[in-house]
Amino acid sequence: MKKHWHEYLWVFSAIYIVLGFLNIVFAWIGLICFIVPLMGAIVNGNKSYCNKYCGRGQLFQLIGNKLKLSRNKDIPKFLKSNWFRYGFLIFFMIMFSNMIFSTYLVFSENRNLKEFVTLLWTIKLPWQWAYAGNITPWIAQFAFGFYSVMLTSTVLGMVTMFFFKPRAWCVYCPMGTMTQGICKIKNR
Amino acid sequence: MNTIKKKKADVSKKECVACGSCVSVCPRDAISIYKGIYAFIDRNLCIGCSKCVKICPASVIGMEVVI
Repeated sequence: MKKHWHEYLWVFSAIYIVLGFLNIVFAWIGLICFIVPLMGAIVNGNKSYCNKYCGRGQLFQLIGNKLKLSRNKDIPKFLKSNWFRYGFLIFFMIMFSNMIFSTYLVFSENRNLKEFVTLLWTIKLPWQWAYAGNITPWIAQFAFGFYSVMLTSTVLGMVTMFFFKPRAWCVYCPMGTMTQGICKIKNR
Repeated sequence: MNTIKKKKADVSKKECVACGSCVSVCPRDAISIYKGIYAFIDRNLCIGCSKCVKICPASVIGMEVVI
């Protein structure tokens, strides 16, 4: 069976994670993974991004299935419950707003740029090697914050990929929950 | 008259997260994501291979015996 071009988008997701280790500004590219699914849901009322173009989902499928790094067990009931899915979405949005606010504080010169990536919203990882200091501080601050979001979700996804089915992340992915919610409202 | 029992995939629409994992694995293109809300399985195309059951990350697809 001939493969479609979009079946190789996992390469994009893998490169994205690597680029963040080299230069933090590349983190901005990740906005594609937020804007495209949202536009798809709002404008077209579908989840074509999740269904076809999500490189992360493909990457988990590949690592979990082809490399056999997944136990392939059923996900626990509470992780697929609506309160957990929507609760995680709300938590994610609060943390995202917090990150935007930090960017604003740096932009308005009320706070200095903090050169670290925060893993799982708590663990501060020194990341100064990926920042040469030649970028506008707020642009760098957003990059550090956004990359923290992307790295955290990748790590969480890897953990659930191992314990449950490869694409277990898709069950509680905030973007997935949000786009499905938009589609439900739009196609009511 | 003979009745032949067949297996067909059955989705729990309420729990489906509409990720599309099943769509990509179905050998008969029998599955589509209905308006971004849930997976819809065309029973006339489904051959009961269970690939979607195995891949579904939410484990919300089961096999139903139909006559």
